[in-house]
Parts: sequence; structure tokens; C-alpha cells
Amino acid sequence: MLLIRCPYCEETLPEAEFTYAGEAHIIRPERPSDQTDEQWEEYLFIRTNVKGAHYERWRHMHGCGRFFNAVRDTVSDRFLTTYKAGAPRPDLSTLTESQK
Amino acid sequence: MVEVLTRTGPLDGRSFAASGVRLSPAEPAARLSLRAGGDAVKALSKALALSLPLRPKSTSASGNLAALWLGPDEWLLIDEDGNDLMAACAAITAVHSAVDISHRNVAIDVTGPNVEDVLAAGCPQDLSLRAFPVGAASRTIFGKAEVVLWRRSEQHFRVECWRSFADYVFGLLEAAARDPG
Ligand SMILES: [Zn+2]
Repeated sequence: MLLIRCPYCEETLPEAEFTYAGEAHIIRPERPSDQTDEQWEEYLFIRTNVKGAHYERWRHMHGCGRFFNAVRDTVSDRFLTTYKAGAPRPDLSTLTESQK
Repeated sequence: MVEVLTRTGPLDGRSFAASGVRLSPAEPAARLSLRAGGDAVKALSKALALSLPLRPKSTSASGNLAALWLGPDEWLLIDEDGNDLMAACAAITAVHSAVDISHRNVAIDVTGPNVEDVLAAGCPQDLSLRAFPVGAASRTIFGKAEVVLWRRSEQHFRVECWRSFADYVFGLLEAAARDPG
């Protein structure tokens, strides 16, 4: 079982308390009716699907209930960091550096 | 014609004891699900006559009333004297949500020297005294049910669960308590 650090509970807790919630930092267009079909498709369906460090949302479903963001390596399944919702996207170079 | 209505609890008459652990349904209590932002905390604390805890996993108590931190803006209040907590919050004008869940939850007292092992059968959290000290509380899972654990002493956890999960939670606790391994 993965251990995930919840930035609100400030504790590393078992994966079973959490649910995955898709890629992070995807912003809903303010005026969906102004979007072309291609733009709307991009917003709804197109994801980076990276091999490596992935910015993604998680929810501490059976804990504090909060959504937060994480950077997880999709190859090793290792969490590089987690941070509160609304916080800026952490710089990847500093993250991978600190893991070495 | 029915003259008297009697309230029945889902765990009435249930209890279990094995070597090192005892399971007993807790007495009915008044409970409140309280949600509030930082600006309402002071007024609510004053109205309830206890300081709402602000640190993760922490609790505060005043007499038989306790407040358990569940999230950054969420508390579970338990009053074992059954006082009307809704009335206490009613006069607060700061934005908050208070919902009486006295009958939604039931609680099981799990006591004895093997309490950590029995709970660990269904809960993946670290329940050692170091990670889960006396007075700590946490919403988590027990088997397939969501529960709130509250460590009241070294050998006593109160397990709060939803009424409809009570039979399942008690059964799983019992199975764990029976298993000597
Ligand atoms: Zn949390």
C-alpha cells in the first residue's frame, strides 16, 4: 500500500484513505460557450499522460476530506511531493534534485 | 395500541470479551457535525464552552463534551450527557453549519491491552502510542466502513461509525478479537 502525505493532516497516511482525482492544474474555461469544439475537447479529454513526474489531484476521502495536489512518478509510483490545493505547481528540477 | 415507543439501538445487547480485549457498545450520546471557517471558531468555542481544536488529529474536552478535529473546518462533537448542542450553536451569527447526527452514529468502546492489534485488523493507520497518542482522534477506515477513532486512554479507543455500519464494524472487531494471531 502506498503511503501518502496529506498536506492538511500533516501526516503520511495509508493509501486506502485516499482517492485519486485525475490530473492537476486543469483550469475550466470561464466561458464554456465561447470555446470551439476542439478547445472544449482539449479541456475535457486531453491529458498529458506523462511517463515520469505527473501532477495530479488526490482527495483525502476517508480522512479530512480535502482535495490536494501531488507529484507522482508514474514509472516508480513514488510520490515526489504533495501540496495544498491552490498552491503553485512545484518546480520539477528542485523536486527530482532532492530525491537523489 | 402502542402506549410507549422504545428506541432500539443497532447494538443493543451485544458485547464481547476475549483475552486482552473487550467490546462494548457505548451509551447513546448527543453528536454534532460542525463545519466552520476560522472566523467562526471563536464564537462557536465560546457558545459550546470548549476550545475547538485547530491542530490535525487533536481533540479538546470540557466535562463530558468533546470536540474531535476531523478536517481544517470540520469537527465531530460528542456530548455524553446528551445536552442540546444545536441549541448552543443556534445564536451564533458567524457562518457555520451544525447538523445533529446523534442518531446517525453509534460508538463501540474497545478496551484492553490488545486494543491496538484488534483495531489494526481493519485499520491501516499506525495505532502505536507514538503515532496515535492518548487524546488523538482521526477519521479513517475500518475494513470497508469509515469510522472515527478516538484514543481515550492507552488501552481504550472509542470507535464511532454510522448506525447502518454498526453490525458490520462490531462483527469485524469481534472476529479480530477472537483471532489470537
Ligand atoms: Zn487529510
